[in-house]
This record gives sequence, structure tokens and C-alpha cells, in this order.
Amino acid sequence: MDAEVAEVSDAARPVLEGPDIARVLTRIAHEIVERAKGADDVVLLGIPTRGVFLAGRLAAKLAGITGRTIPVGSLDITMYRDDLRLRPARALARTDIPPDGIDGRLVVLVDDVLFSGRTIRAALDALNDIGRPRAVQLAVLVDRGHRELPIRADYVGKNLPTSLRETVSVQLDEEDGRDAVLLGERRETGVPAAEGRPDETARSGGR
Amino acid sequence: MKRHLISAADLTRDDAVLILDTAEEMARVADRPIKKLPTLRGRTVVNLFFEDSTRTRISFEAAEKRLSADVINFAAKGSSVSKGESLKDTAQTLEAMGVDAVVIRHGASGAPYRLATSGWIDAAVVNAGDGTHQHPTQSLLDAFTMRRRLVGRDAGLGRDLAGRRITIVGDILHSRVARSNVQLLHTLGAEVTLVAPPTLLPVGVGHWPCAVSYDLDAVLPKSDAVMMLRVQRERMNAAFFPTEREYSRRYGLDGDRMAKMPEHAIVMHPGPMVRGMEITAEVADSDRCTAVEQVAGGVHTRMAVLYLLLGGNEPAVTHARTEETK
Repeated sequence: MDAEVAEVSDAARPVLEGPDIARVLTRIAHEIVERAKGADDVVLLGIPTRGVFLAGRLAAKLAGITGRTIPVGSLDITMYRDDLRLRPARALARTDIPPDGIDGRLVVLVDDVLFSGRTIRAALDALNDIGRPRAVQLAVLVDRGHRELPIRADYVGKNLPTSLRETVSVQLDEEDGRDAVLLGERRETGVPAAEGRPDETARSGGR
Repeated sequence: MKRHLISAADLTRDDAVLILDTAEEMARVADRPIKKLPTLRGRTVVNLFFEDSTRTRISFEAAEKRLSADVINFAAKGSSVSKGESLKDTAQTLEAMGVDAVVIRHGASGAPYRLATSGWIDAAVVNAGDGTHQHPTQSLLDAFTMRRRLVGRDAGLGRDLAGRRITIVGDILHSRVARSNVQLLHTLGAEVTLVAPPTLLPVGVGHWPCAVSYDLDAVLPKSDAVMMLRVQRERMNAAFFPTEREYSRRYGLDGDRMAKMPEHAIVMHPGPMVRGMEITAEVADSDRCTAVEQVAGGVHTRMAVLYLLLGGNEPAVTHARTEETK
């Protein structure tokens, strides 16, 4: 899911800063190598927008550890969302599958925040149309809980227990000019709670 | 909120760029083994064709099916329309069936506008060509092809056609493709020049946002894209030019003329091509002719339009003018 930049209050406090983010990504990279026994067949697919940047960084770290180039791509899940009909049509982001495809590979989905799990469900549907991976794993920078589907992450940068009144916002250098994970209070946006499900807010961001 | 695409003039620059960018993403779907998206699942789209068309209807049908919509094809021939049913009755029948979108082609200019604004039907209306008036998705697919060839597939994302010089040659008078293209290309920042015999230019063409010339040879060296229009024999109910041979010599595109175009310039044709009349086989079969690419781009562009109009609970395109004229 995307971070909810638009709704973060001014009083947002950082829970992870730049060096922390670099450190947890290094740890996740090592965990991937360990679990995949060398990351031979790993393909990283980032979920736009910030998941793509995280996937790129993970790929660089994996290349550093294994000495091999790890295929990396992006997977836009907009067309597979289950709330597509509840909101105005939104711009599509980029889907880029590595040239060798994902058949028989270990696909690691990469996103910034794991929340309701609906984004990941959509991503699994999207993968289904693209090929048949050997296995699919999930890496997220922050897991903030409140799952609405039976989905869990394989690699978590930081578990961050939150209340639904809080917002988690990830800022990355590539997009926002700084690296940080911010925890803030949700502002009243006038959107009814049922529709304004927090993780479904900022997806329209485009490229 | 209105959710129709009636005219190329309805689109703002940002809308048009959004549609072209979305079409690029749709094009990626076409490269996959499974060329289908679940986006319009459960939505019903009717292709309401009062005029014969193969290319446009198949293109829309492919686009609708790739987005998982339920598709109903309606050809006026052999239907109740040939028994005398009016457009209003047809519309109300479709409304009663709970149709979500109507793609309409009609011989009468303005029929889609009437359908969209009369209150007969709630569905989204997409104009697939009305008389000599408009063919907005055709102009979008032309712009899509031009942007790909002249700006680049990836480099073009988010960009318009500012500064590109486009020449449209042939029967402007009867051409909805020309009308739509002049408006859309102008919106996208291109400079359009129309080239035609004076008899095939409509009254008031001086007020269009484009230049007009009678001399093809003079315009060719300054063109980034040359769009050849079909001479519509079925609409040639008067003597618009002396002979086909003369038309061909003055306004036809052959190898010698093509050589006068800049190296990067492309030749476009909305099809169907009449080889030997407006375009020679040599040009039609050359690498610079994009007629086949335009067909492929048509499916992607129409997918983009249908997704942006029907994908959410509100369309993503704003339709500057329809709101005013409603």
C-alpha cells in the first residue's frame, strides 16, 4: 500500500529514520538470501509507488551480497483492486515484468506498509495473470496490523502496532527527498470511515 | 457527473495525456500471455452500430472483452431499427436492460450527443463515429501512434505533441477523422495543416485551429507526420474533383513524394486504404506507414477510454466542454 501523505498531520513523529531504513533493508536482504538459499531464482516486484523504490534498493543490496544481478520489476495492482468501483477511476502506475518473466521463480513482492492486506490480495491476482511463480513471498518495510484478510508478510522491516486513528507514512528519498517512516494522527477528511479505509487512500498517485 | 466521450473537443490536454498514458499501460497487457484484466467485470457494454463498421466495432469489442465487460453487439441491420424503431425507443430498451455503457456509431452527426444528453439513458456514451462530425477514439489512437513514433514509447509518458507538425491530406469535408484530429492535436500542442482540393474543404475551415494549404508538395518537407484520408466514394454525390487520376496526381502519396518528407516523418492512414488512389502500395507497405500500428493502438486506446470512464464510480476524465453545453 502507499503511505497516506495527504492525511498525515503536522505532528507526525518519525519512528524510523534514514539509517534505520537502510539497516532494516540490509537485514531483509540477508533474510531473503538465507531463506531462498542464495537467491538464485529470486525476482523482486515492487508495488508502486514506494514499493518500487524499496525493491530497487533491496535488489542492490542482494546484488552486493550474492554478486549476481537480481531481476527487479514493478507490479501495478490498480486494475485488480476490490474497491475500484467505490472511488473515482484512478491513473495507472507502471507494471514492468523482468524480460525472463516470473514462471518458476521465487517472486518477492515488496511494499512499504502492510495494513488491511487487500493490496497484496490484488497483487496475487495480478501475478496470476502474468505467470506461475514457484512461490510468492512478501517483504514490507512496516507492518501496522489491522489485517482484513488472511495475509502475512515473510519479511518485515518493523512491526508497528497502531490504532486506526493513526496514520503511517513512508517517505523515501527517490520520491520525497528524505527517508523516514512517520506516525501521525488521522485528520478528519470528511470521507465516511467505511469508504475511506486508510490504506486505500493515496493509491491514485500515479508515477 | 457526466461520463461520456462525444467529441475530441471535450478533452482537456491533461485528460488526453492521461488517456494516452493509460493506453501505454494497456499496451503492456497485450504483451502478456493472459491479455485480460478484471476491471470491468460485471459491467455491460452495448456496441450500438447503426452504420457498417468492421474495424472500429471489432476494436471496441476486443477492448471491452480484455477488460472483462459483458459485451452485446447490436447491428441496426436486421434489428427493430429497420422496422422503424426510433433511437429513443432503442435507448429506453437498453436502459431497461441495465446497460452500463453504449458505444454508438450513427450516420447522423449528433446522434451520440442526443443519446447522452436527452435523459433517455443513464449509461456512459462513447461516440464511435457520427456522420461527418466526430470520431474521438480514432483521433486518440492516432495521437497515441504519433506520440510513440515521434516522442518515444517510454519517453512519451506524460508528454503531449507540442511543436510537432502534422499534415492531414484528403477529403476533409466528409471526414470525422479530420475534425476530431484537428481538435485533439491542437489540444495536444501540435501544429496541424490541412491539405485538400478547395472543393473538399468545409465552409468555415478558416475558423478551425489549423492552417490550410492546397499544395501537398510544399507542406511535405515540413511535416513530422502525414495523415492520408480515404476518398469516401460513398459520399461523393457531387463532382468534387474532375477525375480520380487527377486527384491522385495532386494529392496522392507515392514514393517520390514520401522522399520529400523528413527522415523521421511517418505516414498515417485511418483505413481502409484505397491503394493506388490516395496512397500507393509502395508507401502503404513501407516501414514509415503506421496503418497496422494504428489498429493495434486502437484497442489499447479504447481500453484506456473505457477504463477511465467506467472503471471507478466517477470518470477520471473531466470533460471540460460537455459540462458547459449540457
